[in-house]
Amino acid sequence: MPNNRLTQLFREKTGNLLNVYFTAGYPKLEDTVTILEELEASGADLVEIGMPFSDPLADGPTIQASNMVALDNGMSLKVLLKQLEGVREKVTLPIILMGYLNPVMQYGFERFCEDAARVGVDGLILPDLPFAEYEEEYKPILEKHGLSLIFLITPQTSDTRIRQIDNLTNSFIYMVSSASTTGSQVQTNDAQQAYFSRVRNLGLKNPLLIGFGISDKNSFELACQTAHGAIIGSAFIKALQNAAEVRENVRSFLKSIKSEPTVQA
Amino acid sequence: MSKNYGVSERGYYGQFGGAFIPEMLYPNVEELREKYVQIIEEPEFQEELHLLLRDYVGRPTPLYHAKRLSERYNTKIYLKREDLNHTGAHKINNTVGQILMAKRLGKKRIIAETGAGQHGVATATVCALAGLECIVYMGKIDTERQKPNVEKMKLLGATVVPVTSGSQTLKDATNEAIRDWINNPVDTHYIIGSVVGPHPYPDMVARFQAIISEEIRNQLLEKEGRELPDYVVACVGGGSNAAGAFYHFLDEESVKLVAVEAAGLGVDSGHSAATSVLGKTGIIHGSKTLLMQTEDGQITEPYSISAGLDYPGVGPLHAHLAQSGRAQFIAITDADAMEALRELSRLEGIIPAIESSHALAALKEINAGPEDVVVLNLSGRGDKDLNTILTYFEQQDAQQ
Repeated sequence: MPNNRLTQLFREKTGNLLNVYFTAGYPKLEDTVTILEELEASGADLVEIGMPFSDPLADGPTIQASNMVALDNGMSLKVLLKQLEGVREKVTLPIILMGYLNPVMQYGFERFCEDAARVGVDGLILPDLPFAEYEEEYKPILEKHGLSLIFLITPQTSDTRIRQIDNLTNSFIYMVSSASTTGSQVQTNDAQQAYFSRVRNLGLKNPLLIGFGISDKNSFELACQTAHGAIIGSAFIKALQNAAEVRENVRSFLKSIKSEPTVQA
Repeated sequence: MSKNYGVSERGYYGQFGGAFIPEMLYPNVEELREKYVQIIEEPEFQEELHLLLRDYVGRPTPLYHAKRLSERYNTKIYLKREDLNHTGAHKINNTVGQILMAKRLGKKRIIAETGAGQHGVATATVCALAGLECIVYMGKIDTERQKPNVEKMKLLGATVVPVTSGSQTLKDATNEAIRDWINNPVDTHYIIGSVVGPHPYPDMVARFQAIISEEIRNQLLEKEGRELPDYVVACVGGGSNAAGAFYHFLDEESVKLVAVEAAGLGVDSGHSAATSVLGKTGIIHGSKTLLMQTEDGQITEPYSISAGLDYPGVGPLHAHLAQSGRAQFIAITDADAMEALRELSRLEGIIPAIESSHALAALKEINAGPEDVVVLNLSGRGDKDLNTILTYFEQQDAQQ
């Protein structure tokens, strides 16, 4: 079981965890480390760096578009891992790389894990890696390099399967808020509340972070009432499109999320 | 079901296949995986399917001895006339099967992807027949290139959604259909048009297309006194017509299987769709298979004059047939395919689809002898291609 920055974070902090997703190489190729530094300075607890892919089939329009821009900018796994060299002298927050399996396969799965761990990455999210394949083929490689693999669950995931995922995981479970691609507007409704309480009542060993449709202070705080924290992706990508300088965009977006609570927790 | 080339429990053909899908798709795909074999094997299902294939689709399609074509190539050539099916191609064999499947699963809404529009039309057709809502995703560029098919789908009552993401063609239409399925996990069935996608799709679609080789065996026995030809030739994009034509011959090692890919302007021209040559193992649309991609693992846009063959991947069964050497893969250029199209039109009075013309052009490559029996799967008719055909020959004449 990896003992990395992720496991340490969840030991130290058990609520209101803010996880921010951004696409590597977006808006500009060289923004990756700048955004990381500013996210840490502005109070993000952990980050997911998206590895852009030509065919991101679980993503909505905002993240798709950021993937295309990043690829046009020249982003690739090689470039990203090069950019992350020395990043541990600059930031201490846990870093997760999130992306689709194909580019990782072409890089070479083992070589990728080795290089990612070496620059200070703590975990991976590969939504299209099925857990049967993970258990059989990939788990020993990730463990060898001290990387956590984070799995997704959705409202349609059965209790049995959630427990299997909980057993395979050692950092957190990514709880997809509703049946959707990323960036959808999610309405809070009874079905969703039933899903949240169903999962809560399973008494899982891993913390839960809610993602998909978390876009602002209100939805973040609501998610934190149910789970240990939440993940913001598309809304942050949109904020990076603002005219201001990139650091300023990061700062003002995080300020909008983390200002004094308006909803009683 | 093939002993050596059939799908494994986990959905693999050799090292290819599987279900590399995000968790959001898992319940949909799992429901199908659990039930598809049982549903297909139900006698009531088979009865309903065969009645529709006979009275609605027009099966069995003829196995036609093409005498003038045979003379030209000095061998005995039979054409399996899938072009005579309702809607003009083999695509409807699969959509009829899947619409019955969707009804058994209690689905109310049907989605599909389409490139040239043939699968879209075949899906819209069976949705009209079943009275189910139909949404077809089609790359925006393709909606402009294939306007008549867009109009047909609309006439049949389908909604056609132009896809503007990515390269705005077939692979992006497929992505968008998958995204729709993620967003509609309960009431929707996704009718994939080829032997691609996550398990169980490649196997399910192959089973529905297998009627082609089932009929070939029966018809050949009647005409030649033997069930096994020496060659079966079919074109491959995703590979559904080839999967159907090969299916009942996979374990018959005496039958040479010939899969014909689109070389576009030439395999090494940078404008090609010859996946078995240019592709490397990777993941596309939930399946581990051969696909065309950059060194960094980004999926590239293939090229062929035939809209039905320009898919950057190939079904996992075909990847396995290529790698194991069970099938011979031949790449045919635009120019050779168009020449073969004109040749069949003039020798036999049959205007083939440009896709099927690639298979025809491979006849000169296989060296079949006068005693050999060659079955060529004529997967579709050329009506849909008339504009492309006319433009191509006009440009060719202008250059000469």
